[in-house]
Order: sequence, then structure tokens, then C-alpha cells
Amino acid sequence: MAKTLEDKQYLIRFNCDQKSHLEVKDHQICATQCPDKDCTIFCPAEVYKWEGDRMFVGFEGCHECGSCRIGCPHENIKWEYPKGGHGIVFRLA
Amino acid sequence: MSEKFDVIVVGAGPAGTSCAYTAAKNGLKVLLIERGEYPGSKNVMGGILYRKQLEEIIPEFWKEAPIERPVVEQRFWFLDKESMITTSYKGLEWAKEPYNNFTVLRAKFDKWFADKAVEQGALLINETVATECIVEDGKVVGVRTDRPDGDVYADVVVLADGVNSLLAKQLGFHKEWKPNEVALTVMEVLKLPSKTINERFNVKDGQGVSVEIFGDATHGILGTGFLYTNKDSVNIGVGTTLSGMMKKKLKPYELLEHVKQHPMIQPYIEGSETQEYLAHLIPEGGFNSVPKLVGNGVIVTGDAAQFVNAIHREGSNMAMSSGKIAAETIVKAKETGDFSEKTLDSYRTEIYDSFIGKDLKKYKDAAHTFEENPQYFQEYVPLMNQAMNTFFTVDGTPKWEKQKKIIAKMTAGRGKIGLAKDMYKAWKAVK
Repeated sequence: MAKTLEDKQYLIRFNCDQKSHLEVKDHQICATQCPDKDCTIFCPAEVYKWEGDRMFVGFEGCHECGSCRIGCPHENIKWEYPKGGHGIVFRLA
Repeated sequence: MSEKFDVIVVGAGPAGTSCAYTAAKNGLKVLLIERGEYPGSKNVMGGILYRKQLEEIIPEFWKEAPIERPVVEQRFWFLDKESMITTSYKGLEWAKEPYNNFTVLRAKFDKWFADKAVEQGALLINETVATECIVEDGKVVGVRTDRPDGDVYADVVVLADGVNSLLAKQLGFHKEWKPNEVALTVMEVLKLPSKTINERFNVKDGQGVSVEIFGDATHGILGTGFLYTNKDSVNIGVGTTLSGMMKKKLKPYELLEHVKQHPMIQPYIEGSETQEYLAHLIPEGGFNSVPKLVGNGVIVTGDAAQFVNAIHREGSNMAMSSGKIAAETIVKAKETGDFSEKTLDSYRTEIYDSFIGKDLKKYKDAAHTFEENPQYFQEYVPLMNQAMNTFFTVDGTPKWEKQKKIIAKMTAGRGKIGLAKDMYKAWKAVK
């Protein structure tokens, strides 16, 4: 059974676009106004990782659930759908 | 693609496909737009599909649809750390036609369903994102897509674009959802031989079980776990309000592991192999979160409209009914050629007169009550477990003494009046 998130993500098919459909609008806000950085915790695919001075956005593993857009306390995430046919491709459920 | 259609439906999930199917069947020219590689490739559900509402669209669909197992038993588990109280209903009338509900795998099911709409004459276009509604003179007249020359026009646009309905938000039909209006749910499909499933869940081929799990599955915060049997796999998942997840600093995939490794659950899935991991939001704001449903030339359906009854895990059935009602509204409007908000508003009244509006209204305070009063999941579930343990452990203590002990424990936190108040509050929230 897949135990770690890496194990779980490895099982999914992604048809990645070159361009990110997620964008942190202002990294300064993450740095100075957001001590908790909840997105790095609740994102089910750990797309967001704080790198000390800016937010790394690993959009390639995104499930397109929308939690980051709704959960960001500073509405600091520009969230779009990936280009048609791109992004996550669920095969089962 | 600058053709004009009678209806453009955005999103080929249960709501959109039901709408496209019904509209096409009634002779309308329908375009069904899907952003995924195929319908279902972006869609996630725990797995329970109710029979009634789909049967009203496609009679006896179970004879050809890719369903997994008809559910014959619904179990409810109230978990503490190393114990649980269980209750269930099993009925073999659910094992035969017309059935009550089925487990389904959405990537397979949605694809089949969309093909049925195509058979009725709907035009399905995959791999296409509807990026905005085209609004002229205060009326929605079409959608812009991410295809080259991708503007398409119609008398009515039906938004069936799911919980992340960027289009309804763009039209100002609702503000951004709040973290307590959505539930973040993660799940895995675990491969298990059907024989093993039959043995572990005490069923035969063609019979399924659904398990709803409360209490320790979510560390006591508002939410549930679930375990559903497919033919030769099980779906196991857990979800809580996004606000609850944030407050408790939970990582959803770690919560899922907690559920999978819980000593009451682990034996059911032992030796299984993960096939897929999926995350999705469920709109659980209920009655008070339903957005504006109708505008000039536009109707909102399904998850985009927050049509989910979280208490009864109903959503896809409401989506299907809302899609069907939307199509019927448009067919009627077509007779007069008037697609104004005033005419289409009969959709809204029909929704509120149907089981959708009535059930959402019945439970309108439920989520709020349970979110604001965490004691139900956090304290009462462990207390009930301890009470059972005290009462059934034979240790030489007389039963009346045990009873006294249990009552003392139950009322220690809030007193007898507090306990009574809590019970009344819970009853009121779901009555």
C-alpha cells in the first residue's frame, strides 16, 4: 500500500502543461504576513513548499481541488484550470 | 466554432451530462464542454450513486452502466482509539431490482454516461476549458473557450462546472467559498480480490457494503471517513471541512494514513494494493450557501450550486436531478423563445419544491451546529465507547454501580443539563 505522499502521487497520471496554472501573486505576503503558511500543510499534494524567501509551487502534481485558492488567508493565489486536456488524469474513481 | 447552439453545458459530470442528455433527447442542439481528457478524468466521488434520480433519466440504467456493486448494507462506525461502536442496516431487498444505491468508479461511470448523452445527439467536446461567460447587454450569450477561435454561442449556458465554478463566481452569483463551506476529501482505491472482499465484508458477489466512519477517523473534528466496496477494490477516504483541516494543522494524506492504519479498519484492507490517490473538494455549505441559480440566459446546477446533502452523502443524485430540471426548463423556454431570468426562474422554484431544496433546508443548521460544537465527535464518541466498555466488561462490579459510573462520566464535563442541551441541539439541527 502507498504510505507516503510520494508513493501516492507516483500512481497518478499527469499530463503536465509547460505553464503553471497556479501562481503566488506576491511572495512578499507569504514572507511577511503569513507565519502559518497553511497551504504547505493542507494541500493534499504538497504543491506548496516554503523555500525561506519564496513559495515554491510544484503545479505538476496538483489535483486541481481548489483548496489553496479558498484556504489562502490572503487570497494570494491565482488559480486557474490547466489548459484543456492537461493536468491530472484520474483513471478510476 | 462560432456556431450557435440551443444549450451549452459546461462540465460533463452528473449534472452537466444529465442536462445534455435530457435537452438532446427533447430535440435541442446541445454542446457539452469537458475540460478533461475524457469525462470523469477530473471527477472524484467516494463512490455512492443513488438509483432513483438516474433512473428518471435512463430507466434500468444498471443493466448497462459500469456499476461496481449494489449496496445491501450501510454500516456506521463510531471510532475511539482502540474500540468502536457499530450499527448497520442490511436488507436483501437492496440486492435486487430496482436497488437503492450502487458503488461506482467515476472515471468509468462518467465516460459511459456522457456517451449516452452523445447517443441522444449532444455534441461532446473534451479537452476544452470554458474560461469565461460571454455577456452581452446583461445576458449570457455563450462561453469563451481556450481553443483557437473558441467562442461559442447559445440561447442558454448551463454551468455544471463543479465545486470550483469559476464561471458562476465570474458572473457574481457567489463570492469565493469560505473554508467552512467546503470539505477537503482524499481517498485511495485499493485493489483487493473480490473473494477477499466478500469474506471480509460478509457479502456475496453482486452485493456491496458502505461504511461511514465517525470519531477518531478525523481526530474528532467535523468530518467522516468512509470505506466502500467495489467489485475487486475498495475505496477508503476521509474528509473534513477545509476550515477544520486548517485549524488542526492536518495534512490530508497523513489523516488518510491514520484511517488506513487504525486498528479497527486495517484488517479490512490488509494486503491490498493502492491503485490511485485522489483529492477533491465537496461543497458542504448547504442551504445557506446556495448561490444565485438563474440569470438571463444562464442556469447553475450540481456542485456549482452547492447541491450536496452531506449528512446523507447525497450529491451526484441531486446533481442529476438539477441537470434534468434545468434541461426541462430550457425546453419549455424554447417554446416561447424567451430565455430571460424571469422565464428561467421556474428552475429555481422547481429546485426548491423538489427533494433538493427540501432536504437542504432540513439540514441547513447541521454543519454549523457540529462545527461550532466539536464535543459531539470529540467527546461523546469516546465517552460512548468507554460506557460500552464499562458496561460489558465483567469485573465483579455490580451493574447498578457501573450504570452510576457511566452516568457520572457522561455528565462530568457539562453536567446533566449540559448533556440534555447538547442532545436537544443535535436533534434540532437534523430534525
